Amino acid sequence: MIITIPWLKEHLKTSAKENEIIDRLINIGLEVEGVKENSGDLGKFKIAKVLKTEKHPNADKLKVCDVTIGGKEILKVVCGAPNAREGLITIYAPPGAVIPKTNFELKVAKIRGVESRGMLCSESELNLSNESDGIIELKNKEKEIGKSYFKSSSQKVIDIAITPNRADCLGVRGIARDLSSTGVGKLIQIKRKKFKQNIKHQIKTSITKEKNQGCDIFGSCYIKNITNKESPEWLKNKLIALGLKPISAVVDITNYVMFDLNRPLHAYDADKINKEIIVRNAKEGETFEALDNKKYKLKKDMCVISDKSGILGLGGIIGGTTTSTELDTRNILLEAAYFSPSSIRKTARALNINTDAKFRFERGVDPDSIKEGLELATELILKICGGEASKFQITGKTDKKNKVINFQIEKFEKLIGISITANETNKILSSLGFKCKKSSKAIKVEVPSWRPDISLDEDLIEELIRIKGFNNIKLIEPIKNRTQETLNFKQKLFHLSQRSLASKGYMEIVTWSFTDSKIDKQFSKSEKEISIFNPISTDLDVLRRSIFSNLAIYLKKNQDRGYEDLSLFEIGPTFFGKNPGEQQIIVGGLKSGKINRKSWLDKERDVDIFDIKGDVMRTLIELGIEEKNLFVSDNTKYSYHPGRSGSITLKSEKGPHLAYFGEIHPAIIKNLDFKEKNIFGFEIFLKNIPEPNKKFRLSKKSFQASDYQKSERDFAFVIDKIFKIGSLEKIIREVDENLIQNVSTFDVYEGENIPKDKKSVAINVTLQAIDKTLSEKDLDEISKKIIDTVGKKTGATIRS
Amino acid sequence: MSDLDKINSIFNAKIDSVKTKEDLQNIKTEFFGKNGEITKQFKTLGSLDPENRKEFASNLNKIKDDFTHQLEQKNIEIETNEINEKLKNEKVDVTLPIRPSRQGKIHPVSQVIDEISSIFSEIGFSVAEGPDVESEYNNFTALNTPEEHPARDMHDTFYLEENKKLLLRTHTSPVQIRTMISGKPPFKIIVPGRTYRCDSDQTHAPMFHQLEGLHIDKGITMGHLKGCLDYFIKEFFEVKNVKMRFRPSHFPFTEPSAEVDIGYKIEKGKIVIGEGDKWLEVLGCGMVHPNVLKNVKINTKTYQGFAFGIGIDRLAMLKYGINDLRAFFEADYRWLSHFGFDPLDVPTNYRGLSK
Repeated sequence: MIITIPWLKEHLKTSAKENEIIDRLINIGLEVEGVKENSGDLGKFKIAKVLKTEKHPNADKLKVCDVTIGGKEILKVVCGAPNAREGLITIYAPPGAVIPKTNFELKVAKIRGVESRGMLCSESELNLSNESDGIIELKNKEKEIGKSYFKSSSQKVIDIAITPNRADCLGVRGIARDLSSTGVGKLIQIKRKKFKQNIKHQIKTSITKEKNQGCDIFGSCYIKNITNKESPEWLKNKLIALGLKPISAVVDITNYVMFDLNRPLHAYDADKINKEIIVRNAKEGETFEALDNKKYKLKKDMCVISDKSGILGLGGIIGGTTTSTELDTRNILLEAAYFSPSSIRKTARALNINTDAKFRFERGVDPDSIKEGLELATELILKICGGEASKFQITGKTDKKNKVINFQIEKFEKLIGISITANETNKILSSLGFKCKKSSKAIKVEVPSWRPDISLDEDLIEELIRIKGFNNIKLIEPIKNRTQETLNFKQKLFHLSQRSLASKGYMEIVTWSFTDSKIDKQFSKSEKEISIFNPISTDLDVLRRSIFSNLAIYLKKNQDRGYEDLSLFEIGPTFFGKNPGEQQIIVGGLKSGKINRKSWLDKERDVDIFDIKGDVMRTLIELGIEEKNLFVSDNTKYSYHPGRSGSITLKSEKGPHLAYFGEIHPAIIKNLDFKEKNIFGFEIFLKNIPEPNKKFRLSKKSFQASDYQKSERDFAFVIDKIFKIGSLEKIIREVDENLIQNVSTFDVYEGENIPKDKKSVAINVTLQAIDKTLSEKDLDEISKKIIDTVGKKTGATIRS
Repeated sequence: MSDLDKINSIFNAKIDSVKTKEDLQNIKTEFFGKNGEITKQFKTLGSLDPENRKEFASNLNKIKDDFTHQLEQKNIEIETNEINEKLKNEKVDVTLPIRPSRQGKIHPVSQVIDEISSIFSEIGFSVAEGPDVESEYNNFTALNTPEEHPARDMHDTFYLEENKKLLLRTHTSPVQIRTMISGKPPFKIIVPGRTYRCDSDQTHAPMFHQLEGLHIDKGITMGHLKGCLDYFIKEFFEVKNVKMRFRPSHFPFTEPSAEVDIGYKIEKGKIVIGEGDKWLEVLGCGMVHPNVLKNVKINTKTYQGFAFGIGIDRLAMLKYGINDLRAFFEADYRWLSHFGFDPLDVPTNYRGLSK
């Protein structure tokens, strides 16, 4: 909502300066979004005439226009508008002008090789309307060529963001009323001049009784013998200041009343109405041409204003071309009606129309403002255009009663924390137009018809504190006291895993929860795709089923920027169904490229599966799982290389699934066209990490260290090639858990001197007893036990 | 000159010319070997008469101790020289680069969520969560958002189906509903999380992060709300005082509702939070609307409280001087390296929130 101070002062008697008014507006919840000086910049926009147009040599849709702004100079301007033609009078913006719509400063520029000095403007570019199909066409302005289009009244306009509950403040008077309650001024009581209403209302009006009728009240006035003309300067200036284009006195007056009183009106050329006005629901498929020059196909139940021939307008949204007023219109029907917000919203949304009237009706226009609106508009029309007016004809539900709230005053203190007196309550509410009647216990508050948003005590409390001032609320310091844990176990894991991976060289990324279905498919074959019905773009059309989808997209983008040796991770939701809760938190990572690339110290090598396995295992250990409980197997899934990937489960193969790790499937690497193709990944399933039932410190074994010497023995087993070394190590470890402190494989060999289906595995075993130094005999004994056990369980022999 | 004097002068003459371990061994043998000069002298002891023997033995031991000491000194000298000589050839260029390594960083959003959690932890809030896909009921209806509210438009909200029953939550407020419906008051939670709106341009991203706060108990007033937010803003921006302004506003789920602005100024191209003439909107808040409490079956006669919602990404941008919201989600390695946090920088109260 845009207002000017002079207009405001027509409703508010105040000596306050602009700054004070702005402060008050902000303090009562009418947020000032900006203050603009209209004249300065807009003075540059001149009325101009197109002398000649030629086709642009390098572009079919562009024209090169010779434009004059009165002087001798002929300006060459490139223009794409289809209506740019010889003789057209329009608005010219010179280099240096700032286009209101885009805030873009014009410069002399070459457009497809032809220099353009400035531009010719559309209404949309000047914020005059949404019309952007062509440049402005001005009629009867031949004499004004060279003059500024916007009259330099140098008035400041204040742009106020009105919250959707405050429909009443979509008119200057409503804003003045709110301001008056702060004490900054007094609301001026306006006395309307009486005018004669002698002639007969020529047109019958009716509201059809039917289900979902969107129109409650239809008021009108018939005015005959007017002389429609250009509006007087004062009126034009008012509208231009708001960014509206003056059209003709009749239209300008209806707009003026809308902005002044938040009372939308519509004027019909009465001679074009076929007999009578019928407000009814549209029939499915009915069409009509609106004032925006578009044809609309209507659905049933849309509220329309019609006559005997057809539809004249969409009630409360937009009028039609068949009955529109022109400069030569003689007799008019002035409409002031009340349409229900939900009906307006439904229709406007279905047809995708946005108008100032629709904006107001969908928020709730004062149903009692019909008479006042007709009065003000009729008075102005008679004054400016002459003519004679009929009595007002008002049909529909005119007997609506105002709401009454029994307000318990102590509720204010209970909710806000400071008290308010009955007197102050009365004063504030009265100034806002509420009628208060004190009784012993409560105040009976009658809500004015322009405040559909008020129905509860809390609504009144908001009104009171809003005017009293939020800055008067005493701040209560919070108490530093914690009675419940801040994070639960899963949340702690979430935070810890982030830091754990970042400490292993992984860069944390945060990406959308949605992704490109084409990429997502690569990583999620079996699960059902979860598509978004109205995606923001076609490459963000599904919820991600795999954490890899976006990781892969962004790994590739970084590779394309020249970064090949990357470790990225994301922790966040992936989805396995479209219902709430069908999601789980996954920690996913990708690692690509080489280790020691171009190092003078060490030989460079490719990242390999044991890098990624190490990262996952160490992360799981840091998340609280003992290393011995990490069971590694070669169970894998399709997004990984089948031979170079595996799983980690808790304790055994059947235990809870903790992670996948391995090389990304070469087919995916190929499909996504990665530059650096050596890519490994992992997925950790946080939900499967069990919460220990005791604190770690309580479940930890007591400390024991042997003071006796440790010994080491190396073994070389020849074993079946397919036998898993992890199992072999486990078998050895379990031979004597007291003596065997560590088992580690340091060589694996296949080839010469070893049978084809076998491999040789060299394993180092560390032995130490708690109570003595192991003798040669002890060591021989345990070595023999190891060799025997391994032989028995695996068929392996000691390599001689 | 006695024999001992002679031996002494010979030794002293020779020891100076000892340069290597080999020389040292030779001189040791010459004097202390089986047939060494000193050894020989000890052998003569037995043949001396007791009177002379005592004096001779004393002198001989003195010489022996002196020689031993000198030999030790010589040994140290030779070894030191040897090491020094060796080190002369062992110089590396320490300016050569170290092995390449990968530097991991924590994303600014995660860091700021940790900071926020730490701040609210001090005053007894705990962290709650909810799903990203929500029912239209939890996201709108239960939160007193009317059927025809513009936020429900396809322009604003991502839906999973045309019937608009399931959607991507547009705020973290549905977690209020989930928390209150599944528990008993009092409630004191914060909810950091992903939120979604059909909006994408320079300053809007289709996904962003929000922090919800909810405190429901007996006698919780707007004074508590003010105190809570004043505390949070000061702690978060790590300033002693902060200019703060509560502006009346409108949200369907709170009544009264307010937006909160904080004062700021620009100094040498950098934003200074908490003072100055300019205002910056940072959050929306209010007293939970009685309709919301009724929807979750809470007795509004006994319980009331406040709720607030803050844009986490925006807070991160303000605190850490990040200009572009969209860059948060573009995973540009260079941006992450620049704005990311070292994993060891865990925000804590005792060590300070940020470096």
